[in-house]
Amino acid sequence: MNLVTIITALIDGLLIGVVYGIAAMGLNLIWGVMKVINLAHGALISLGMFGVYLFFNGMGIHPYLSLIIVAALGLLMGIFIYYIAIARVINAPHLSTLLATFSINMIIIGLGTAIFTTTPRDTGFSLGTIEIGPFNILGTRLVAALITILVTALLYAFLYRTNTGKHIRAVSNNRAAAELMGIPSNRILALSFGIGTMLAAIAGALIATFFSFTILSGEVYELKSFIISVLGGLGNPLGALLGGLILGVLEGALPLAMPNTWVPVIEFVLFIIILLIKPSGLLGDRK
Amino acid sequence: MKHWYHPGFWIVLLLVMGIGIFPIISQDAAARESGFSVLLAISMAVSLNIIMGYTGYVSFGHVVFYGLGGYTGMYLIDSLGMSLPVAVIGGGAMSALLAFLLGKAILRLRGAYFALATIGINEAVRTFISNFDPFGGPTGIELQFSVYKVYGGAANALWITYYGVVAIAIFTVIFSYWIKSSKFGLGLMSIREDEDAAEVLGIVTPDAKTRAFMYSAILPGMLGVLFFFKNGNVEPGDAFRLHFSIESLVMIMLGGQGTLLGPVIGALSYQRLRVSLLTSDLSIGPLPLKEFQLVIAGLLMLLIILFIPAGLVGWLRQKFNALRKVLL
Repeated sequence: MNLVTIITALIDGLLIGVVYGIAAMGLNLIWGVMKVINLAHGALISLGMFGVYLFFNGMGIHPYLSLIIVAALGLLMGIFIYYIAIARVINAPHLSTLLATFSINMIIIGLGTAIFTTTPRDTGFSLGTIEIGPFNILGTRLVAALITILVTALLYAFLYRTNTGKHIRAVSNNRAAAELMGIPSNRILALSFGIGTMLAAIAGALIATFFSFTILSGEVYELKSFIISVLGGLGNPLGALLGGLILGVLEGALPLAMPNTWVPVIEFVLFIIILLIKPSGLLGDRK
Repeated sequence: MKHWYHPGFWIVLLLVMGIGIFPIISQDAAARESGFSVLLAISMAVSLNIIMGYTGYVSFGHVVFYGLGGYTGMYLIDSLGMSLPVAVIGGGAMSALLAFLLGKAILRLRGAYFALATIGINEAVRTFISNFDPFGGPTGIELQFSVYKVYGGAANALWITYYGVVAIAIFTVIFSYWIKSSKFGLGLMSIREDEDAAEVLGIVTPDAKTRAFMYSAILPGMLGVLFFFKNGNVEPGDAFRLHFSIESLVMIMLGGQGTLLGPVIGALSYQRLRVSLLTSDLSIGPLPLKEFQLVIAGLLMLLIILFIPAGLVGWLRQKFNALRKVLL
């Protein structure tokens, strides 16, 4: 095994890791603000994939332009889901929100399977490869990583530089106190759920530019998002990016040392161990 | 124990016995098959209710015990030539062992963290088994046809597994009622209401939770062996299907968590609904209605969670005081 192989594997891992990171960020934001684990996350990622597929392959809109439309639709969809399924049970025990989001998952997956079947789809989009010295990088993956970093920066600017962002942070810190300060917490929760969904849709849309997918593919990324969120700390959006990078590098590097099929075993064992010894995550505070 | 006179217990027991005995009397293979799936669903839901309904810990990974038990039993039959009853006990024991080992560790986690951990464990075990050569790796274990000869041929073996599932379902109901009416069960329910208060009042919560987790794990372990023995083969994808756990959750929610009758009614009506959707001739536009099975189940669950979170039995008990004496 030479150095070039190793470095190529690591670069691939880092590039895909950032995209995992943004998927997890959506899950994480929702957990952080409203303590809801969104079990529809995977289905929403799948919808992002099919969004780009329908706009690009069906209507000929450029994938990165489709991405913007998909993101906007994702935001609206999230707000809609919040008012339909979550607003009523937001103060109920965890089981209710877990099952409410899971029933949304069943509805989306059920409709998706009935309409699109489970035949694999491919956008067939390519930007060629970029050669840097001895390393080959897929163009679509590089662009995906750059878009992710841009979206993360925008999210942070929104959360820390705008009034609405401040409200979101206030509600996530202490909802009751935020309400006493006159913040309309229900609207803020709906918006946060919308942004979380938007991030899931963006992640799906980006993944669709370089992998083939079915309506069920999102589930894989949902499980990865769980692992990443736990790695980076549930409720910590920046931690999600770090967790994504760690997972990406693991996925890039582990196959060099062991059969590919063992990689998920390692990932899930890692997930359980971290959950047990430090549920607040690597970056999380001690509680 | 005077508890055994409670009419609520007898209603459930007679209901399950009735479902179980009907195909035996009619000796009809089709009735046996639908009886098998209904009783399997009932036992899964009632056993999950021990940890979820009584103790208040939502497990998304109940299927891990079913899958692991199934694999253990199939391995005992296929590679070690054991008989079916030994395999069933072996499967149950293996699942209980896993629950025991996991119990103390993951039951420290509360609420959503516990639910996440159970998903992780199911996936970890599934991916591990896919790589585990003694269990056949990704292709799993397939039984030789000759295995069934000892049981009087494949057709007769189907009846034997059916008697097995009837026995387990009846036992599950009695077991669940015993827990619910015992002091131990009272401890579990106090953990559900307020774990810290329960601890202060002298319940050794880690031990009680681990025991509850083991009790809820034994039955799926045994059922897994019966199901996969009947099926003839076991693969990682079938054995650890997360969706199967979730279906049990839906059944419990439908009927009412923490009640004895609830999971039984929930399982019965969910299975009926599923079958009637699958065999329905109706269609929505160009798509037949059976394609929408998942959508309808999802909608149903959402409506229950939003509007009758106590489930059918819980709702009846709240509305009609007189029913509290007869419905458990």
